[in-house]
Amino acid sequence: MAMIDPASLESIEAPAMHIPDGFVSGPVAGVGFVLAGVAIGFAVWRTNRTIGERFVPFMGVMAAFIFAAQMMNFPVAGGTSGHMVGGALAAILLGPWAAMIAMTAVVGVQALVFQDGGLAALGANVFNMSVVACLVGYVVYTAFIRFSHIAPWVRYVAAFAAAWFAVELAAIACSIELALSDTSPLTVALPAMVGVHAAIGVGEGLITVAAVAFVTATRPDLLVAQVPVMED
Amino acid sequence: MKLQHYLGLLVVGIGIAVLITFFSPLASSEPDGLEKVAENEGFIQEAEDAPYEVIADYVLPWVDNEDVGTILGGIIGVLIVAAITLIAAVVLWRLRGAQRPTSSGGGPGQP
Repeated sequence: MAMIDPASLESIEAPAMHIPDGFVSGPVAGVGFVLAGVAIGFAVWRTNRTIGERFVPFMGVMAAFIFAAQMMNFPVAGGTSGHMVGGALAAILLGPWAAMIAMTAVVGVQALVFQDGGLAALGANVFNMSVVACLVGYVVYTAFIRFSHIAPWVRYVAAFAAAWFAVELAAIACSIELALSDTSPLTVALPAMVGVHAAIGVGEGLITVAAVAFVTATRPDLLVAQVPVMED
Repeated sequence: MKLQHYLGLLVVGIGIAVLITFFSPLASSEPDGLEKVAENEGFIQEAEDAPYEVIADYVLPWVDNEDVGTILGGIIGVLIVAAITLIAAVVLWRLRGAQRPTSSGGGPGQP
């Protein structure tokens, strides 16, 4: 077998949740593409039916912001860093379906242009960071926002919780993919990923709250149609 | 669809994203979540290098100064991502009539 050159390891980037090629097996990568493809197809269909004119520029702005925010790795405990995923923020502001399209543009460009996340692993990465993060973020946000009549700040609690759970569930999905690929057993990968991302999720939550507060303060008109957009 | 009606939103919004990239050289270079777990649990060596590199690690390759290269790489990424998402959104908006429910009465049927 080939010897591993230790120096080459330093050049390998495997950012917070972007799976590089080699971590997922062929079947897991294939299932990732199928699941991501079905979800994105549904998201395109839904967005096509519900998109409002103001969503068009807002989707582009959100995708641009999330790409930039993902570059800003912040330190968390124990010589580890993390960066925003942004799925919950996008889902809160755009609804889950338009959010998935914006997130897929981000994750796709990261893989194809920036070599951040593998090509074979792209389906799994889109599934984790676009599909899982957006859906979980949206479900948690809408569950909490029901109580926003009690006090306006509940929406910020909702945004924080949505972001934290979105990151954790995406990390759990990533662990399951690693385990199914025989890269790392679930008993090892799951607690490690959940533990690290519990801390990263706090950063994600704070950035999400700040971004929701910023949009609320500057362009409340963009928020008006948000929550009821999805549910029939 | 007149995107120029939204020029202010687009310029300010994408401008904020570009502004964030100016701080990207300050980003932590510690291994992050999955990378740290892979190091600790001993499967980091499974990672394979990409078959090709365009702007690997967000650093524009032909720029000598790494900070400048990172900022420029970030700006390029912001513009590409914004353009792709805007094009997708404009297309979805243009084609929206085809699948709009014809009546606002009753709920949409199950597909």
